[in-house]
Amino acid sequence: MQYIKIFIKVDMSNVIRIKKGLNINLVGEAEKTIKELTTDQFAIKPTDFIGVFPKLLVAEGDQVKAGSPLFMDKYRENILFTSPVSGSIQEIKRGAKRVLLEVRIQSDGKDEAVDFGQADPLKLDKAAVTEKLLASGIWPMLRQRPYSVIANPADEPKAIFISTFDSAPLAPDNDLIVHGQGDAFQKGLDALTRLTKGKVHLNLDANSTQSKVFANSKGVQINKFAGPHPAGNVGVQINKIDPINKGEVVWYLYPQDVITIGKLFTTGNYVANKVIALTGPEVLKPAYYKTKIGARLQAFVKDNVTNVEKRFISGNVLTGNKLEVDGYVGFYAGQITVIKEGNYHEFLGWALPGFGKFSFSRSFPSFLFKNKKYALDTNLHGGHRALVMTGQFEKVFPFDIYPTQLLKAIMAEDIDKMENLGIYEVDEEDFALCEVIDTSKTNIQEIVRKGLDLMRKEMS
Amino acid sequence: MKFLRDFLDKQKPQFEKGGRFEKLHSTFDAFETFLFVPDKVTTTGAHFRDAIDLKRTMSVVIIAMLPALLFGIWNVGYQHFLSLGQSPGFWPVVFYGLLKVLPIVIVSYVAGLGAEFIFAQSRGHEVNEGYLVSGMLIPLVMPVDIPLWMVAVASIFAVVIGKETFGGTGMNVFNPALLARAFVFFAYPAKITGDTIWIGGLSKAEGVVDGFSGATPLSYAASGVMDKLPSMSDLFFGFVPGSIGETSKLAILIGAFVLIATGIGSWRIILSSILGGVSMSLIFNLFAANDYMKLDPMTQIMMGSFLFGTVFMATDPVTASQTNKGKWIYGFLIGFFAIMIRVFNPAYPEGTMLAILLMNAFAPLIDFYVVEANIKKRLKRASLGVKPLKQN
Repeated sequence: MQYIKIFIKVDMSNVIRIKKGLNINLVGEAEKTIKELTTDQFAIKPTDFIGVFPKLLVAEGDQVKAGSPLFMDKYRENILFTSPVSGSIQEIKRGAKRVLLEVRIQSDGKDEAVDFGQADPLKLDKAAVTEKLLASGIWPMLRQRPYSVIANPADEPKAIFISTFDSAPLAPDNDLIVHGQGDAFQKGLDALTRLTKGKVHLNLDANSTQSKVFANSKGVQINKFAGPHPAGNVGVQINKIDPINKGEVVWYLYPQDVITIGKLFTTGNYVANKVIALTGPEVLKPAYYKTKIGARLQAFVKDNVTNVEKRFISGNVLTGNKLEVDGYVGFYAGQITVIKEGNYHEFLGWALPGFGKFSFSRSFPSFLFKNKKYALDTNLHGGHRALVMTGQFEKVFPFDIYPTQLLKAIMAEDIDKMENLGIYEVDEEDFALCEVIDTSKTNIQEIVRKGLDLMRKEMS
Repeated sequence: MKFLRDFLDKQKPQFEKGGRFEKLHSTFDAFETFLFVPDKVTTTGAHFRDAIDLKRTMSVVIIAMLPALLFGIWNVGYQHFLSLGQSPGFWPVVFYGLLKVLPIVIVSYVAGLGAEFIFAQSRGHEVNEGYLVSGMLIPLVMPVDIPLWMVAVASIFAVVIGKETFGGTGMNVFNPALLARAFVFFAYPAKITGDTIWIGGLSKAEGVVDGFSGATPLSYAASGVMDKLPSMSDLFFGFVPGSIGETSKLAILIGAFVLIATGIGSWRIILSSILGGVSMSLIFNLFAANDYMKLDPMTQIMMGSFLFGTVFMATDPVTASQTNKGKWIYGFLIGFFAIMIRVFNPAYPEGTMLAILLMNAFAPLIDFYVVEANIKKRLKRASLGVKPLKQN
């Protein structure tokens, strides 16, 4: 016993501890079983890809295989977006001003796939690996900081980061998802090591990551983190390990994407498998579902949600995108969250003690019940006001950055100041907790995205 | 509450654009959102939000001020009857206090909120809740015998010149309530200095006991009559003349506890300001050239509005430093200067007001240097390629 204790102590000393942050406990955690999802409806949405101008490559009725290109980026023509399944193009959905919204594919269930050729990534150079990822449409899984846009194949990233754990509310358990996929995961990592001269960082949760798939990974730098959300955000991890300076680029991707890359090299095909966690207080039986990228929302939630007015979110409650009832899960999302719409008036809601309400501030009794699980809704709990309170954001923002000052610099569109205050190191998800606890109800993530887009435009 | 909601929903169209009372839209909105938290939902970003809003925040501050207000009401009556040489019991004392204090509170709110509503309507935004706090602070920092019209003028001055000219709530440089007091101080000095205005009815001097002076502890100290200073317990509990809300240190400390416990007032500012005051007092003790400089730090802190200003006015998030490091510097200098002005400048028996206003002006500069240090660190990291080891 004594021996073990000492061992743990030594082991923990290498852990990077995040002190600032907040874990939000919600009702509706997915049960740890993976079910097979039955659907033949899929869609790839150009709106999932920030800064991409889609150029359509298919027409309604065309036959496609898994890996057949659907559209490409008009200004970076080597970046292709491909079909996750084999079948036919069912519909091309456009919105206002003919903006391309969805390319819907009807699966034929045969899983025919384009052959991109098997290979051992360790025997390939950067150019060959890049080419395979581009051709198969897997490349968009690789994104870059700054700006959180699809990585530029021509860049030399100083490092590649993979966060193996998600600390957001009701986040899926990656240990469960990667179980039994060790070989594909390792192959994926092998491929990634060819893409950078720097390190590939694999970041584990010091307390909860148990999976051998992660712990036994070779050829990468394993780092351990402990602390509340946003400890699992890749932005925080980059900031603690190898922060981004002006002119530098870091690439990042999710663990499931690493497996997809691995399978590309072992099978030669684009295997767009994805495990999605269906979560949230309004889900009757929250669980994990195995499907392909871009599956139809209704396949998950039909007969499995409550009867109240709901909001469907592709992703988690902090950063996800609102889905229409006939929508499709986003390209990057590993989670669906369903919560109640909060369009009700509340009599003297600000004045009453407010038992059972969620608040980070200690002006509600909620701080006495740290482990309570909430069934939150979308009510704003107030009106938009000027930024009055100070010192609040700093409590949930574990960067060496002044959040309020950076936000004000963005609002003033002061390019120099944004750069000086560290905009390259953040993206909107890093500000999600600030937005949640903000008394002035400012839409902070929207502001950060505007700032990032402005910087990207200035710098290109 | 359904009938109330139905009533509001029925009236609402009249206050909207094109309605009969279009010009009262902001006013209607203020009352509606006072009664009901709006049914607005999140549109972008995080899909749920914290239950806290500015109304909740401001009401916590008002709750924190209630002990000081209630004690102030009692003390107004107590000091009044003391000056007459009477002790009529608890209720007459409270009744007299209410009679004197409530009109000041009402005038402050009506005049100040009126100005707020007009500005909100003409600028087409929602009424901000900031004045709920300012409107309570103004009476608490006034002497009890202040003419009501002066309170009205000062409140309007605070809102119009102190806040709206800078762009409204969240943009003002100076604490509005302090500005109201400073306005009275410089515009009508006779009504806010001297020995007679701190006790209700004393300025008329009818039936006052012989030899009763009505001087505050600070004016005794400023004129060097140290042996007439009240006892420490009188200072602490507040049985002394002074501005309505400033006298009881116990009531103020209860307020400080509320502010710190809820996290709404900055403990950094409160603590550092007291540290600053103690430091200045100790420095004076070292070089004591007169009796005032010899006064111990504890008495200095307990006298006048030092604690009141520290707890309720220095902590105003809009006019204080916004960075945590800056708050330490800002608070310390407020305490430091408050004692310095008080001791060195007999024309201003109380230095706290001027110290806070002075530091309000310097708060952006403090923040500038704190943020600049962060920027320099980032630039240095970029040029050296140093990896950070600091953990947050």
